[in-house]
Amino acid sequence: MPAPATLQRLRDQLAALAPRGCVDVEDGFRLGMAPADLGVGPLARKGLHEVFAASSAQAVSANGFGLSLALRAAPPPLVWVLEDRALSEVGAPYGAGLHEWGLEPSDLVLVRVRSAQALLAAGEEALKSGAVGAVLMSGWGEGRAWSLTAGRRLALAAEAGAATALLIRSGAKPRPSAADTRWSVEAAPSAALEARAPGRPAFRAVLLRSRKGPAGGEWIMEWDREARSFVEPAAASGRVVPVSGDRQAGVRAA
Amino acid sequence: MLVDKDKGALRLTAADPEALAVGLHPGMTLADARARTPQLEAVPHDPAGDEVLLRRALIAFGRFSPMIALCRPHGLMLDVTGCAHLFDGEAGLVRRVRELAAQMGLQARTALARTPQTARALARFGPGGVVPEGEDRRVARALPISALELKPEEAQALRRAGLITLGDLDDRPRAAFAARFGRDFPHRLDLILGQADARITPVRPAPPVMADRVLAEPIQTDEAVEAVLSDLLAEVMAGLETRRCGARLFVLSVFRVDGHVRRIGVGTARPTRDARAVLRLFKERLAALAHPLDPGFGFDQLRLQAGRLQTIPAEQEAFEARSARTEALDALIDRLTARLGPEAVLKVEPVDTHLPERACRLTPAVQAAAAQAAWPEREPEQPPLRPLQLFDPPQPVEAISLAPDGPPARFRWRRITHQVTRAEGPERIEDEWWRKGRRVRDYYRVEDAEGRRFWLFRAGHFGEEPEPRWYVHGLFP
Repeated sequence: MPAPATLQRLRDQLAALAPRGCVDVEDGFRLGMAPADLGVGPLARKGLHEVFAASSAQAVSANGFGLSLALRAAPPPLVWVLEDRALSEVGAPYGAGLHEWGLEPSDLVLVRVRSAQALLAAGEEALKSGAVGAVLMSGWGEGRAWSLTAGRRLALAAEAGAATALLIRSGAKPRPSAADTRWSVEAAPSAALEARAPGRPAFRAVLLRSRKGPAGGEWIMEWDREARSFVEPAAASGRVVPVSGDRQAGVRAA
Repeated sequence: MLVDKDKGALRLTAADPEALAVGLHPGMTLADARARTPQLEAVPHDPAGDEVLLRRALIAFGRFSPMIALCRPHGLMLDVTGCAHLFDGEAGLVRRVRELAAQMGLQARTALARTPQTARALARFGPGGVVPEGEDRRVARALPISALELKPEEAQALRRAGLITLGDLDDRPRAAFAARFGRDFPHRLDLILGQADARITPVRPAPPVMADRVLAEPIQTDEAVEAVLSDLLAEVMAGLETRRCGARLFVLSVFRVDGHVRRIGVGTARPTRDARAVLRLFKERLAALAHPLDPGFGFDQLRLQAGRLQTIPAEQEAFEARSARTEALDALIDRLTARLGPEAVLKVEPVDTHLPERACRLTPAVQAAAAQAAWPEREPEQPPLRPLQLFDPPQPVEAISLAPDGPPARFRWRRITHQVTRAEGPERIEDEWWRKGRRVRDYYRVEDAEGRRFWLFRAGHFGEEPEPRWYVHGLFP
């Protein structure tokens, strides 16, 4: 691992190289894990980020990844809107688990909605209110509601309310939208503790698209709740598969 | 039979007529009572429950007279001056009171007299009944001295002096009693004998905060309804302001010409008297109604009532004292609640129990209060030990474990077989002992070959009947 000073110099270089019109670092947040941050750059704080579960069985990992992004992105409070279908498939958010994830459950407002339309409407309302730091929206499946316009509206609402929009979708294929970044996430085997106990939560996250940089990049990330940060797994280096930068968004559709 | 702990011993605090008939009496220890009547049924005394019942009775008996007060420890006092003729005279009134008491399952002792104190003494220590006009003194003179409700040692002193009834006291000069038992003693005696009068202080419910509009011409359009509603809101908020209160519930009743009444309520997270905000909530609520308002031939009356009143502390009126962000969040919660319903906008609250599915409660955000319990401490350097998302109820799985009381080696859930590569456990969680059919649960955190993490448990012990069953209770990211 390079020394912090080297890292900072690299970051500055990267910021200088970044295309014009992209958000500057003050208005962005980092993942906290050097290899991924170098690959992705700062993520827009007042923007829309999409997290796709690599398969519908990975919905809880996508939720966990989205929640971690929300914790990185903005101070509480947090609004989490869930479609009823998503609740019945992977269970309801659980207070003790949220607390152990690094969130104060009292900072969270849960909203249950029946349909994708209601999900998008409630999410937009919460984003625009200016009262929350981030809004998570967990949707399930495909449908006409998931249009280009819907994504654009969320992005505008995030900008207007200075909040981070995190759209988490399970049972759906990634497709072009107005999102600043789009991720595909699945669970990765954890670094075992003593006696083969499962270790810290680990994700395999693939960057499918980034508005201000080349897409592509795949990392194994662990979530460190004390530091509220993504970290590299202790054993291996973060980047497991070198991926060429010219890969098209959406190719790795689940 | 009610019992309560008194100086370390369980004593009877109240007994029903059957118990009294076999010679049990309040004040006796439970052990003595059991010795005499082994089959007695004892229930712990519940003062809070008594209080609730008494308050309910207060409201129920309010139908006989608006002047009604509590008469401690377990009585009600009604001032029925000018009410008796409505119930066929005093005897009829007493009969109706007794009927209502019987319907409520109460054993009542009733008395009707010229002054409240005479009535109380007659009901508690005498025969009860209706005292004829001008007979108070004669009737009260027959009462025992306990009707004065003296301290035990004072009553003892009077009894030693051979004074048994109030008549015995009444025949003697008052000055001597005043010297011995305090200056107010003669006055108390006079009150019971009906020679002095003291009024009761009635308990009256605060009048509701409401506004009403009877319309000369029925209205039909939404705009007209909203216009009237905004007038009503202004009126109700003014009423709240004079009481220094805010309300958390507003109920609009819409009366249609043909007699149909529709009630629509909106709730807020904090007590409010902001008419504009509540009007906006009503508009959202009206727009989101499953069955929209059907005007028919028009509405001819609208009524708005404010409920769940709470005092708004003075410092809250300074708007900038609370952060604008908190205000905005409350407003957001109110808007979402109005549109989606209170069951859809939730706060996550801890509950003090070790049962996982009960330890977390989702409560409507508009009703959420400060949490009573705390979340379990995070263990440093440990992965989360509780799942991010929980199934309620747990979902059954088929699992195979290598050792009878070990973690599963593989399990099948939703038609997919998972090979377990990592596991930690068991964490044993017992069901709460007062529940029936409880089974021990052994929880395991497991990870499958793909890296997915589950919270599984086995209900029951190995070798037990019925066979232990496996469930998945939650998912870890």
